[in-house]
Amino acid sequence: MKPKSKRTRKSCAKAAPAERGNLYDLRLYVAGQTPKSLAAFANLKALCDVHLAGKYRIEVVDLIKKPQLARDDQIIAIPTLVRRLPQPIRKIIGDLCDRRQTLIGLELSDKIEDKSS
Amino acid sequence: MNRRKSVTKNRSLSKSPTGIPGLDEITNGGLPKGRPTLVCGSAGCGKSMLGVEFLVRGALEYDEPGVLMTFEELPEDVITNARSLGFDLDQMVAKKQLFLDYVRVERNEIQETGEYDLEGIFVRLNYAIESIGAKRVVLDTIETLFTGLTNAAILRAELRRLFNWLKEKGVTAIITGEKGDGTLTRNGLEEYVSDCVIMLDHRVVDQVSTRRLRVVKYRGSTHGTNEYPFLIGETGFSVLPISSLSLAHDVTNERISSGIPRLDAMLGGRGYYRGSSILVTGTAGTGKSSLGAYFVEAASRRGERSLYFAFEESPQQIVRNMRSIGLNLEPGINKGLLQFHASRPTLYGLETHLAVMHKQIQEFKPRVVVIDPISNLINTGSVNEVRSMLLRLVDFLKSEKITALFTSLSSQGDNSLEETEVGVSSIMDTWLLLRDIELGGERNRGIYVLKSRGTAHSNQIREFLITSKGIDIRDVYVGPDGVLTGSMRLAQEARERAEKLQRQLEIGSKQHKLERRRAALEAQIAALRAEFDAEETEVSRELSQENQLVKQLEMDEVAMERSRRSDKAAEPRNGHKRLM
Repeated sequence: MKPKSKRTRKSCAKAAPAERGNLYDLRLYVAGQTPKSLAAFANLKALCDVHLAGKYRIEVVDLIKKPQLARDDQIIAIPTLVRRLPQPIRKIIGDLCDRRQTLIGLELSDKIEDKSS
Repeated sequence: MNRRKSVTKNRSLSKSPTGIPGLDEITNGGLPKGRPTLVCGSAGCGKSMLGVEFLVRGALEYDEPGVLMTFEELPEDVITNARSLGFDLDQMVAKKQLFLDYVRVERNEIQETGEYDLEGIFVRLNYAIESIGAKRVVLDTIETLFTGLTNAAILRAELRRLFNWLKEKGVTAIITGEKGDGTLTRNGLEEYVSDCVIMLDHRVVDQVSTRRLRVVKYRGSTHGTNEYPFLIGETGFSVLPISSLSLAHDVTNERISSGIPRLDAMLGGRGYYRGSSILVTGTAGTGKSSLGAYFVEAASRRGERSLYFAFEESPQQIVRNMRSIGLNLEPGINKGLLQFHASRPTLYGLETHLAVMHKQIQEFKPRVVVIDPISNLINTGSVNEVRSMLLRLVDFLKSEKITALFTSLSSQGDNSLEETEVGVSSIMDTWLLLRDIELGGERNRGIYVLKSRGTAHSNQIREFLITSKGIDIRDVYVGPDGVLTGSMRLAQEARERAEKLQRQLEIGSKQHKLERRRAALEAQIAALRAEFDAEETEVSRELSQENQLVKQLEMDEVAMERSRRSDKAAEPRNGHKRLM
């Protein structure tokens, strides 16, 4: 359950020692510090802080440094956010600027309703 | 062989040979080196196979490792498929000759939000290329991205970037694309990959399918523009270039036996020219196949390889049937000198037949080829197609100095006998015509040499006998009653023999008679001579008696005169004379 900090450049493991089932294990794949990647990270972090406070963990993987992971994890687009936990695996590509779409991607659609109501 | 030539010819554009038989000839040396090539075609036309073989041959034959990035097929499937063509991809991966990467694009797994790029693919490709030092890349089929990702604008921009990036990398790439409606590819990849476009096609005409390949465009290079048939066979891809038709084959004066001494005699005494094409036409059951079988058997006995393409009978059937006429093909088969290749003409299209034959011939390298019969191929295409296919085949065989015997069934009827249904007689060097001669209530076979280029050949019809001891060619009876064959010839011959015998008997008896007459005459002469001899002796005896008598008388006279003391004693002679 330890964050794999050595793999990440800007690892941001904000995971609280939350209960296992509720933990959101997220991994953001980037390739260098491109504006899109930075935007994606910022958007993701903002979203998680609002909707998943205390029960998420974000790991940033830079494919420039670890190119073989692109193959192993089936990454096509950059940036790609992978929800590794809870199962099943979900992939969201793009800079995550559309929070609604991102929430749908993370299967957190109920949060959208909360917000609108 | 063409490769060398083209390399010098196109010094400006270096090429990356595919190693695929035929394709390098069409493209004058291969795909543009360091540039992407688009291979498009409909589903199942062989795009992926072309890509795989490009990589495999590149790695094995040209020492250029390759990356295969698949978007549809799983690596395990690719490996299994390639194994059926005799390529061991597992081993190549282990030897770092090949890098397999499967890109899974599942729309329902992916949520898109906002801006993104395809850097992930770039990273993966770059990693793959760097890790084995790849010179070749195949992307199969990158268009799948369009079904997995919705933002076409991004995709297009990224694909353009990808292809430029590949060029910068200096890898020779094949990008496959599914054929679209009225466009080369469904998503217009041809806009981005424009150096070389190869189109594959899988067409079905009259329930027979043929694979074809066409180089649609090739910037900066000459290339064959026709549609070329190709095959995906047991040893991979092979394209059959339509022959150059240059009519510049080397010729030889070497002659080879047809297997039938008498037929060799009809062909100027020494048989066919090596490397010539022989056409045997005839109606059903005239022995065309037997001539073919004799020819290959003779080749086996000379220790030459021969290949027999049978479109009507199975090899076993041919062997059995030939044994019934006293021809044993088995020694040749057992020694590996004779190979049969039997298939139904309708099994595949004409082009595929041609490609199959091409391939078999190149693999087996025979000196003699028999195709029995070509007339059946007409079922699989139009007359024109068949003719052009045969022309190409004949051309190819001639360039390889292979002597080929084609049989063709002519339909019954007088006029069609001297023309083949597929109209190929003009491209043949020797044309043997077998025909039925119906006479006296039976059919017999006759054989003519209709034409034979470059040989002083017999212009006579011969009777062609197929017996349990083999083929026999006999003179036919040409007499006042016309040409006679079969039992009529036998009857006529018997009649002639009888007449001859009769005449001989008559001559004998005449001679005997003469002998007897001579004997009689001689006997007569002898008798007369004996009579004459007797007479002669009688006469001479009488004569000597007479002489003695005269002498006696004279003596008596002298004695008397002496006794009378006559004065006449002084001149006895005169006195005697007077007395006389």
